[in-house]
Amino acid sequence: MTTSHNASIGESSSDTRATAAAARPPWHRRPLVREAGTGWLFVSPAVIVFLLFFVTPIVMAVWVSLLEWNGQSNPFNDFEFVGLENYRRLLTDDSLLREDFAISVRNTVYYVAVFVPAVATLSFGLALIVNNRVLKGRGFFRTAFYFPSITSSVAISVTILFLFQGSGVINTMLSWVGIEGPVWFNDARGLVHIFLDGLGVVDPQSPPGWLADNDVLGLSLWQWIAGPSVAMCALLFLAIWTTSGTFMLFFLAGLQNIPPEVEEAAAVDGAGSWQRFRYVTLPLMRPSLALVVTLALIGSWQVFDQVFIISQGAPSKTTQTPAYLSYTKSFGDGRFGQGAAVAVVLFVIIVVLTGGLRWIARERR
Amino acid sequence: MDREGAPLMTRWHAMRALAYLVLAGGVVLYLGPFVIQVVTSFKTDADATANPVSLVPDPVTLDAWRTVAGKNPAVRSPVDRWLANSFIVTISVTLGRVALASLAGYALARLRFPGRRVVSAGLIAVIAVPGIVLLIPKFLVLQQLNLFDTYAGMIVPLLADVGSILLMKAAFEAVPYELEEAAIIDGAGVFARFWQVVLPLTVPALITVVILSFQGSWNEFTHFLVATSDPDKATLNLGIARLTAGGLSQGSQFPLKLALATLSTLPIAIVYVFFSRYFTRSVASTGVKG
Repeated sequence: MTTSHNASIGESSSDTRATAAAARPPWHRRPLVREAGTGWLFVSPAVIVFLLFFVTPIVMAVWVSLLEWNGQSNPFNDFEFVGLENYRRLLTDDSLLREDFAISVRNTVYYVAVFVPAVATLSFGLALIVNNRVLKGRGFFRTAFYFPSITSSVAISVTILFLFQGSGVINTMLSWVGIEGPVWFNDARGLVHIFLDGLGVVDPQSPPGWLADNDVLGLSLWQWIAGPSVAMCALLFLAIWTTSGTFMLFFLAGLQNIPPEVEEAAAVDGAGSWQRFRYVTLPLMRPSLALVVTLALIGSWQVFDQVFIISQGAPSKTTQTPAYLSYTKSFGDGRFGQGAAVAVVLFVIIVVLTGGLRWIARERR
Repeated sequence: MDREGAPLMTRWHAMRALAYLVLAGGVVLYLGPFVIQVVTSFKTDADATANPVSLVPDPVTLDAWRTVAGKNPAVRSPVDRWLANSFIVTISVTLGRVALASLAGYALARLRFPGRRVVSAGLIAVIAVPGIVLLIPKFLVLQQLNLFDTYAGMIVPLLADVGSILLMKAAFEAVPYELEEAAIIDGAGVFARFWQVVLPLTVPALITVVILSFQGSWNEFTHFLVATSDPDKATLNLGIARLTAGGLSQGSQFPLKLALATLSTLPIAIVYVFFSRYFTRSVASTGVKG
């Protein structure tokens, strides 16, 4: 705040204005002509669309989240104002809505835990390979890896649904190496539960009391630690497959910004290829890494299309996401107040996470 | 140095072979599902279920495609309607986005008007809003404006796109101002300068905006989901999504669904084959921006 204040004072004194004007692009030098009208004429179509379909919806979502409203009547003169009731139901009351929301948050947390590291590592690896100057046909490989990223989520979801059928492509290929694949989209077992069961530590049918009897947000600890369900793993596969190409290009842009001299200098100093990667490339790639992690994190909290088309939240709500819950509460149950409240809370979660991540990235710089 | 030369070379060759192997596997993994998508659309239902991995349909049948084309007397196909809607919406959105983005981009890059900084900052704020959160609220607004179930309601909210505006803004900023100064001396007004002098110099950016808008609006799904419930207004992707989400119980019909998925993928694939560098370039530039 203080710096910008000082700058504006500085600019108003005549001699600094002259130097500032010299440093500015040439079109700033000429006096303010009759461009105010034209300027607004040019930006107004875009601004009006943004006001109507970005700003107004946010305001309306907050308003509707304070109502008990079925989506049919006019929410401005025919409504039942319930205040924070929807939020109470969502966050504090012992209600079905709170349990659904807790489940969707749990699912998303596991989604993040798998998706973000997996997609960041994979796309970084792809970028490193595709950036290798001695390889021929790099352009082709880039094009191939990016293709799933540009096709429609609907078409991709239909194809994934086919691939992961009980006796579908994936399971057939698994059977070639002697693995009996699960019935992906009907399998609600969480990976952590499967793992604990496999170790013989815990019997999923009768989990220990301290896990089964304590609950947070209406969901037992045993449910919280379930891990991503088998069905969710198929959705994770889809997400990694369709976004790693985009993130590869982000990393590629970062890699190409590193001057080759830097790595050459390290090589001359006797650094091996691993050392060059660890101590030269990786630190220089921190901004790209921060960008990809942020985008992957934000994307994870917005999963909707695949769930709508493939799983509808099933089995046992283990693929239910906050966005899908908001949609079904509104359009399925006609409880637009609750749906809007979920959307508002989701908005807050995403903003807080993004801000937090930015803060972490800045702190280390 | 000489002594180390030979083994170093073989190691290097081995590394390169390994890299190609990884890449080839990657290509199979990334493009294989699309091959299966296309191949399965030429299979019978029984063949698709019994031999999902086989890349040779046995027998080859056009049944699924005939149904899609409305040539199957038993099924009334809505696909021609979906396709028409998709093209109406996609072309309108693309033209509108190019117009809005170049006007706004030019104003933000070259015109001085009060509130310019507020508009620029507002655009950045719009990027920060997670799109899916607006799903329900957009429906609310469309309904209040009586735009629910109309083409206008499907098209207008998609017209303003921050990415396109920033792309055009950057393109205009890259045009040397001296060209415009010359036009000013010749007495050209703002609009003449924009239309005749500067815009023709931003053709690569315009192509990028056209391609990305085409791709984005053709692939769009969630906005149409809340903008219309009228089956006659459904786009191809919305139609496929409703069919798949609702039709899980009534037999799988995978060849039909994958024929539809192929139909949805095809226009994008064609554009991508010819213009792939426009796609990758835009990602690279947004990557730097972020």
